Order: sequence, then C-alpha cells, then structure tokens
Amino acid sequence: MAIINDFEYHKPKDIYETLLLLSELNGKAKILAGGTDLIVNLKEEIVKTENVIDIKGITELNKIELSEDNIFIGAGVTFTDIIESQKLKEKLPILWKASMTVASVGIRNRATLVGNICSAVPSLDSAPALLIYDSEILVQSKTGKRTISIHDWFTGPKKTILTPDELVLGIKIPIFQHAGVYEKLGRYKGEDLAQAGIGIFVDTNRNYRFAYCAVGPIPKRMEKLEEFLRGKEISDKLLEEAAELIPSEISPISDIRSSKEYRIHMMKIMFKRGLQKSVAILKGGRS
Amino acid sequence: MKKITFKLNGELRSVYVEPEEILLDVLREKLGVKSPKCGCDRGDCGACAVLLNGRSVRSCLVLAIETDGQEIITVEGISKDGLSKVQNTMLDKNAFQCGFCAPGMIISTTELIEKNPHPNLEEIKEALSGNLCRCTGYLPILESVQEATEEGHHE
Ligand code: FES
Ligand code: FES
Repeated sequence: MAIINDFEYHKPKDIYETLLLLSELNGKAKILAGGTDLIVNLKEEIVKTENVIDIKGITELNKIELSEDNIFIGAGVTFTDIIESQKLKEKLPILWKASMTVASVGIRNRATLVGNICSAVPSLDSAPALLIYDSEILVQSKTGKRTISIHDWFTGPKKTILTPDELVLGIKIPIFQHAGVYEKLGRYKGEDLAQAGIGIFVDTNRNYRFAYCAVGPIPKRMEKLEEFLRGKEISDKLLEEAAELIPSEISPISDIRSSKEYRIHMMKIMFKRGLQKSVAILKGGRS
Repeated sequence: MKKITFKLNGELRSVYVEPEEILLDVLREKLGVKSPKCGCDRGDCGACAVLLNGRSVRSCLVLAIETDGQEIITVEGISKDGLSKVQNTMLDKNAFQCGFCAPGMIISTTELIEKNPHPNLEEIKEALSGNLCRCTGYLPILESVQEATEEGHHE
C-alpha cells in the first residue's frame, strides 16, 4: 500500500545541511531514520507531512563513541548496532537487554535508539534504561546546540520537548559500575509493544534505581521505591514490602492489550523477579 | 519521479519512483520480483522481508527512494544458482503449508546463518520471532533450520 500523502524527499549529506533544511521548512518536515514508526504513521495517515528528511546519509550520526566516563550513541545507531557492541553489553547492560526485546530482528536492523525516544510512545523499551542512567540528549538547530536531560525530555504520550527546527545528534550516557536488567511484559516474542516494562539497577553500595515504561503516560523513575530501598540488603520480606509501593508509583490504564489491574499485578512480579536477578548478577560478578 | 539505481540480486537495476512509493510495491509491481509478500503492511508479520545491505528489513516499511545506491537481495537472489541448503531441507521436511510466510522465513534464516552458522534452538527462535506463520505452528520450520545448520551436516 502506498502512502497517500505526497511529500518531498530530502537526503542531506551532513548535519549543517540538515539544520538549514529544518529551519527553511519551518516545521513542515519529518526526520526519517529507521522509518519503522514514521512509515507506518504516514501509511495510516496518523502523520502528514510535506517533507521527509532522511538522515541515514550522515555518517557522523552513525557512531558509538566511548570515553572514560560516558558513551555517546549517535542518532543513526540502530538497535542491532547496540546489540552487536560488546562494550555496550558490558557497560550499559540495562539498555543492551532492553534493545534485545525491541520487536524483532527485521525491525531492530532499522529502528534507531534516538528514533525510539523521538516517537515517545509510552511503551518505549529504551526509556527505563536511559532514565536510570541519567542520560542527556544532544540537540542542535541553526541557532545553536543544547543538552536536554532525559528527565525533561518526555512531555506527554508521543510528545517531547524537541522543537521542530532541532535535530537530535545523539544521546550521552554516563557510565556507572552496576548490574541490572530490563523486564518486559509482552504478548509474544517479536511483538513490539510492552504492556509493562521496568528497568532495574543495583550497585555495590546498595543504591537501587528503577524506571518504568507503558504503565503511565510517560516513562519515569520510581523514586519512592529507590528511597525506600536505599542502603538496604534485599531480603524476601523487604521485597514484599517494597512491591506494595508499586501501585503508588505507576498509573496504568486498561486498554485492548491488558487491564490496569493486570498491569499492576505484573509490575510487582517483574519488580521482584528483576531485582532478585540483578542482585544475583551483582554478586556473581557478571554483568 | 526520480530515477533510482540499486543492485538487486546481483544486477544493477534502475527504476523511476515517487518519494512516497514503498519498496515492497516497487519490487513486486515495477520490477516483477514477487517473493516478498504483503501480509500486514505495517511491519508486524515479516512476509515482506528482504536483505538490504546484508541485513533483513521489512520492505513494507522502507521507501523505495531510500535504497538508491544500495544492495537488495530477495529469495530470487538466494536461489539464483539453485536452492540453498536450508531451502532444500525445508522442502524435504515439508516445512510449509500455504507458503505465504516462506520467503520471509528464508530471508531471516539466511541472515542468521550468515552471522551464526550453527545456531541453537533459542537463537533460531529469536531470529524467526518476527516472522508469523498462520498454518504450520512453526515446528517443521524450526526443525528444518535446526537440521540444516547442525554441526557436521552434509547435503
Ligand atoms: S507486510 Fe511487511 S511486515 Fe507484514
Ligand atoms: S505456511 Fe502458511 S503462513 Fe506459513
């Protein structure tokens, strides 16, 4: 099925050309990276646009850069690129594991991490990891660059703080010593949308971090839970007590995919399971 | 209309496309390459899979114009010089019923074997998890891939 809406296709060679286009087209353009969301939305007329700007020709956006204390993931980096990076598996295990759960190989080969946060659907698998790592998003427009904390990024379902003249260059992720997992509830493997998702982080100082997706209008850190567990050794009793805080941290809805009650129930189970797993990984010295 | 040129199953092909034309439609309707199928038209079923620069992609989610200068391989290309080992095993084991999902399954399997010649069952399932089959219940497909990729397997 073709796309009904006619548009012009642009393929800039570098960042500068892209920024000029964005400013010239003045909001009448959509950025195309992997296209796994945009093309569906254009076909189904959820999105209409006069211009599509394909950024896959910009090689500077395709890099993963490692430095001493952070990792930069460019806007052209796909989930498959992330999965194939041994360094990311080691340093950012929560993001790496979340990437493995994104839809299926054929989607991961095209879909980008940055595209995922720009689509900003409430179920995005990459968000819990990015929130846990206190990531920063680097954006640029014709008038300059700015850095946006991931905690300020999501402003509503499918909404972000990005302005139409801005291009996301990539995401800067600080490196912490830790162990962690991403737990996801889906209908079947290869299904793209989480019904509930939770990222879990533990370190040797008994700091705990949690963040969810799909059980609230925007993905968020779970601060009450973090505060409650800080410095404590995990026991079965403590896990049960902590799980009781979950309903106050999340605000799931009932929809065609599952009911609110089921989502709350499963979040408690995924929290307990995931935290036990993470502690075991930390103690086992594996990441 | 813009003229694009790409390598399709080893041959350079040129075709005129509008920016909003989808790769799947261009392959099937303009270039006569019929192995990729349209199942869901929204990236969920894998029936339209092709290899783009060696990686499997859903051709229903790619603009034809994006592939200018790139390389595409479909099942026609994979079986150009005879069926591949995995295709032969699928035939022997009667892996399909209606066969609609077969091209996508073959594309995903080909990509998997390229990266990992002897995958275990979990890895096979993961690689094929984005390909839906409405007939077989998957078992004969998985068994075929397992058999064709077993260590020490001979044709
Ligand atoms: S037709 Fe492309 S994934 Fe179903
Ligand atoms: S054999 Fe009919 S869909 Fe798979």
